[in-house]
Amino acid sequence: MVLFTIFCPIVAAVLIMLGAPARKTALATSVLTFLAALFLFVSLDHDHADFQHVSSFSISPEWRLSFTTGVDGLSVIMVLLASIVTLAAVWFAGTIERHENAFYACLLFISGGAIGAFASIDLFFFYALIPTFLLIGIWGSGNRVAAAWKITIYLAIGSFILLLGLILLYQSFPLASRSFDIRVLQTAAGMGQISPDAQRHVYLLLLVGFGILISLFPFHTWAPEAYAAAPAPAAMLHAGVLKKFGLYGLLRLAIPMLPEGARHWATLLIVLLLGNIIYVGLVTIAQRRLDWMLGYSSVMHMGYIFLGIASFGVLGVTGAVVLMFAHGVSIALLFGIAGELRRRTATLAFDELGGLARVMPFAGLAFGLGVFAAIGLPGFANFAGEIMIFFGAFRNGWEIGRFHIFQIATVLALWGVVLSTVYMLRAYRKTFMGNIREQWQKLPDLRPALRVPVLLLVAALLCCGFFPQIFVRMVAPTFRTSLSANAGMQSCSHGAVRRQQTIGLGQEDIPPTFIKATASRQTRGHNDLATK
Amino acid sequence: MTSITAPLLEIAVLVLGMMILMIEAFAGKIDKRVLAYAAITSLAIVLLASFFVAPSPSPSLATDFWSFYTADRLAIFFKQFALLTTIFVLIMVIDYAPVVRSSFPGDTSQAGLGEFVALPLFACAGLMYLVSAIDFVFIFVALELVTVSFYVLVSFTRRNPTTLEAGTKYLVLSALSTAFLVYGIAWIFGATGQTNLYRLTAALANPDSDSGAALLGMVFVLVALGFKIAAVPFQIWVPDVYQGAPTPVTAYLSVGSKAAGFVVLIRVLQPFMNLPQTQRLIFVIALLTLIYGNLAALPQTNLKRLLAYSSIAHTGYLLIGVVCFDVRAITFYLVAYLLMTLLSFTVLTIVAQQTGEEISDFDGLAKRSPFLAFAMLIGMVSLAGVPFTAGFLGKFYIFYAAVLQRQIALIVVGVITVGCGFYYYLKVVRAMYWQSGVNTDKISVNGLSRIAISALIIATIWFGIYPQPILDALKK
Repeated sequence: MVLFTIFCPIVAAVLIMLGAPARKTALATSVLTFLAALFLFVSLDHDHADFQHVSSFSISPEWRLSFTTGVDGLSVIMVLLASIVTLAAVWFAGTIERHENAFYACLLFISGGAIGAFASIDLFFFYALIPTFLLIGIWGSGNRVAAAWKITIYLAIGSFILLLGLILLYQSFPLASRSFDIRVLQTAAGMGQISPDAQRHVYLLLLVGFGILISLFPFHTWAPEAYAAAPAPAAMLHAGVLKKFGLYGLLRLAIPMLPEGARHWATLLIVLLLGNIIYVGLVTIAQRRLDWMLGYSSVMHMGYIFLGIASFGVLGVTGAVVLMFAHGVSIALLFGIAGELRRRTATLAFDELGGLARVMPFAGLAFGLGVFAAIGLPGFANFAGEIMIFFGAFRNGWEIGRFHIFQIATVLALWGVVLSTVYMLRAYRKTFMGNIREQWQKLPDLRPALRVPVLLLVAALLCCGFFPQIFVRMVAPTFRTSLSANAGMQSCSHGAVRRQQTIGLGQEDIPPTFIKATASRQTRGHNDLATK
Repeated sequence: MTSITAPLLEIAVLVLGMMILMIEAFAGKIDKRVLAYAAITSLAIVLLASFFVAPSPSPSLATDFWSFYTADRLAIFFKQFALLTTIFVLIMVIDYAPVVRSSFPGDTSQAGLGEFVALPLFACAGLMYLVSAIDFVFIFVALELVTVSFYVLVSFTRRNPTTLEAGTKYLVLSALSTAFLVYGIAWIFGATGQTNLYRLTAALANPDSDSGAALLGMVFVLVALGFKIAAVPFQIWVPDVYQGAPTPVTAYLSVGSKAAGFVVLIRVLQPFMNLPQTQRLIFVIALLTLIYGNLAALPQTNLKRLLAYSSIAHTGYLLIGVVCFDVRAITFYLVAYLLMTLLSFTVLTIVAQQTGEEISDFDGLAKRSPFLAFAMLIGMVSLAGVPFTAGFLGKFYIFYAAVLQRQIALIVVGVITVGCGFYYYLKVVRAMYWQSGVNTDKISVNGLSRIAISALIIATIWFGIYPQPILDALKK
């Protein structure tokens, strides 16, 4: 089933290249992929933390390299995200005047590659898929700014730094447990086979490498440019799915394998992610075009997800996963509508737009919902993710000595919500409210057919917003095993349990079993310390 | 089954070359392209035969003939490598025939084509000897066989002034490097009394030997080999010669000559590698080569010249492998380099005849010939090092070895230069797919070239996903 979701888009892409009717094939394929991903999501047994639906083909026995795929709670959410966004992107694409076949084939290639990367258990293929499909995404989908070489060079250097990090990670295992199989590596890392020194080096390389691909603060300048210049469907996939590669990689590799590295660089990461939230947030406010604003806002929201990852507690990390899904869906919705606007008005400058809700009520409503989601209003998936991240970061998984920096970071990050309210509502007002210009009086609203993907995306946002437990229950096992191996480091344990009980809101979002697990993990951590 | 001994392969290639020269001289009326087809077929047979070669006696104990000639796994593998390269070069020669006709003096319509087929065969035999040579004297002789063939080949289309310039430059600098080689060999022989590489190891291990003098000799030999593999600071000739020489010859120089150079380098350095000075020296050369090759490639607008600088850049990556002394990484990289470079040059040969060799001549190639554009795309992304191509795995193994040995300076420079590489290789891709060209004529590709290009594309991707056959080939 996993193989089907990966290869269905790729086979279809090849067929389209060979001359199959582009739009029909692409739509049929993405619907099929979405259904398959949904089936995977529903059928996943979420009591187990291990990978399911595993299939494996050996490539190089000597290097213990094989093409292995499978999903666990974390990756199935990402696969679902990729398939939803692909479906919406293909639906929004409509008719393309030039190179229609190549364009649809590219979209499907990106989708297949993204699902492949998320479902790959083999470190090598996981790595190899990332730069390849980022490149196809940037180069293949009609992105004229690829000519501004910045993007390509950023991606090349980022992915080779990442490669070094992964090579170093592989080599820092003792010979007997070297393998490209992530499961084997996680078990070995759980037994403490990576020296703290090596962990620090690898973590830094991974942070910089993935950081460039995710647009972490000082390396973010390529991203808004790339998104703003891409055609809407490609931007939906870039910002919604491809950017999640790096975050997924950190969650999959750094959290379970490199706790010491994460500890050592936590302060650095906090500073950088505040750069994402505060600095990029302010830059976003200054934007004068809708597409650039969306591009920057998507960079800014990465800061929250990083905060969840940096918190290193089950709560924060789970929140990060929920927000990854939520952000992917909401930014796809916003880019989709923005693309439709551009198609009608041929401009996205705030100064030239205004009052569009009067002629396009449905688009206005949909964009408004996307804006509310992106700000993080309750009821949308983003709210669930952000609230978990904030509480998780406030109550982070580290020892008491680190407490203050996380509290400060959380307080500052909360101001980020204000920033995003400012730029999102401002954009909404400038685009859909106010006086309408003469030349926009005759604009048609979204066609009924185009309302389907909008409804799909909004439904996904609301569903995840009102029932985040569905996602939390999926993800929690993955991190419960990996973060409990690390429990010895949590010396703030007795305080944490009490705090947990006083934080009323946190409990709404988290099933009781989850809290029990956290508590037992922390007492276990305490015992570990006591025996030492 | 009677097994074939390794020297028979070279003899077969040499005899083939002479036969083609004879036919060329005495049968004036035939279509000369038949000679090329005959040569390709015969080389393919030799290539097939090379898989059944009996292994030679262990080189450290061998006497007589086997004391200067070895047929170990490395040698056999690179003999096959040289044969394969020559086959592809001959396929390019067929496409290149019209150019030869226009710029070679002579009254008949196919004057010179016969020699243009025969000379690569002699060079091929030289390369095959070279990879088997384990004695300095034999290395010298084999190297000269290669170099002399190339003197003629580089300046073959001699009505073209840039070709003539390339030929002269190659002749002068090559002769200089040969002088260095001989001088170095003399120093090593004087210091240790040995020319056999294996006995040299023992002689150097002896504390009484004068390792300083031997080291000086080694530096001279390194200068000569640095010339062959185009390492900085011996790379001055590369851009002009690559640009001026006929395109198939450029491809041959950059693949065959370089690969053989690296095999000799590995063999020659083996005795010296436990001296710390050697490693430091190679380290500096590798660093300079990486930086120079990649930075100088950035502003190029002529594709052939770009490929010349890229050849220097790839020497840099290969030298990282030499510093770490990982023979398998080097071998895999060379194989990847063979595939992607020949792919690019084959496409270049065909396109250049229609429009030209500038990158701007590739504008809109995707419209004129989707097949050639796709082939060039694969060649370029593989040279740049995008995953799922052989070029990426080559870099992966090299970086793997470097990380293992903590060569931090080389790694840092390597990563930055990879970024440069993406810029200048993708420049070509952009021209083909994004720019719209002035010329919109379709380009036709003949059947043999189409097969060759398809084979190279498939191999580039195949070895990028499944590298095991090459890694196994050296292990047995």
